[in-house]
Amino acid sequence: MTDKSLAQQFIQAIPHARALGMELEEIGDGRAVISMPWDARLVGDPATGVISGGAVSALMDTCCGAAVLSFPGARGTATLDLRIDYMRAATPGQRLTARAECYHASRSVAFVRATAHDEDSAIDDGLPVATVTAAFTMDGGMQAGKQRALAEGSTGASAEDDAEGTA
Amino acid sequence: MTRQKPEPVQVVKERRDKALRALVGGIPYAHFLGISFERRGDELTALLPFDGKLIGNPFLPALHGGVTSAFLELTSIIELSWSMLWEEMETNKLDPRKLDAEHLPRLPKTIDFTVDYLRSGLPRDAYARARVNRSGRRYASVHVEAWQDNRTRIFAQATGHFLIPARRKPE
Repeated sequence: MTDKSLAQQFIQAIPHARALGMELEEIGDGRAVISMPWDARLVGDPATGVISGGAVSALMDTCCGAAVLSFPGARGTATLDLRIDYMRAATPGQRLTARAECYHASRSVAFVRATAHDEDSAIDDGLPVATVTAAFTMDGGMQAGKQRALAEGSTGASAEDDAEGTA
Repeated sequence: MTRQKPEPVQVVKERRDKALRALVGGIPYAHFLGISFERRGDELTALLPFDGKLIGNPFLPALHGGVTSAFLELTSIIELSWSMLWEEMETNKLDPRKLDAEHLPRLPKTIDFTVDYLRSGLPRDAYARARVNRSGRRYASVHVEAWQDNRTRIFAQATGHFLIPARRKPE
């Protein structure tokens, strides 16, 4: 999925990404850039006006997932594990931009890292607001993924996801 | 031997519920996601009622991984704040009449948060409970689990480290 309009449509098709006002800036070859405006409804600490860590996580998770989907051959994905480190508070009122890179993918697992910058640090790639390291499932389609996961005797997360999703 | 007469149960409940409401009610993002908390004594259970805007995969459909993560992180932060608040409340260090934004303890700051997605979140209500494994003067480690229909089938768990803000001097 390297076509930007298609990818933007895909982001728009994700209800939660739409609810948070996410916009896809760039996508292709296992990399994605998605931004999100600051919004008073997303504040996590009323004393500071700083956006909630959870909202930053949602942006990062979406961006990582998009990066995996843009990896050559990828058809479907789901988060297995995501670690987020918060380096500093995002400046209230500023747009957040996440950049994710799927730096390795095996037949069934994709490894992703990502950073999030606010407007203060976006220009010269200063200190990010947060960084992410994540592992995603890598599916070449639902059925194929399920059969492969069963055949490989994997931990079962993706196989079970498929089973539950169709239940 | 004389013992102080115990407080009427309604008074105790009202004080605790008021503190919880003040703590959660001030967080816009909790309201945005529709998260609320139920209390049994000091035990909290977080509730995330299903809503269409929480969907991340419209084809399954499944909850957005970011929603799950946000739910777990918020539950951890509230649990940690609540455990500190509870102690102050029960040892009478906190005047229950002053449970407003000005007097509530500052919220902990997340240092890192690691989410383990065990199965996809179904389009139904979700619940979560957090446990403070260690809470020192500056740092805390919290574990949290979320489930949907079945308490024993957790769909996600997480561990996070938090920075505990410096306490206000008692007046």
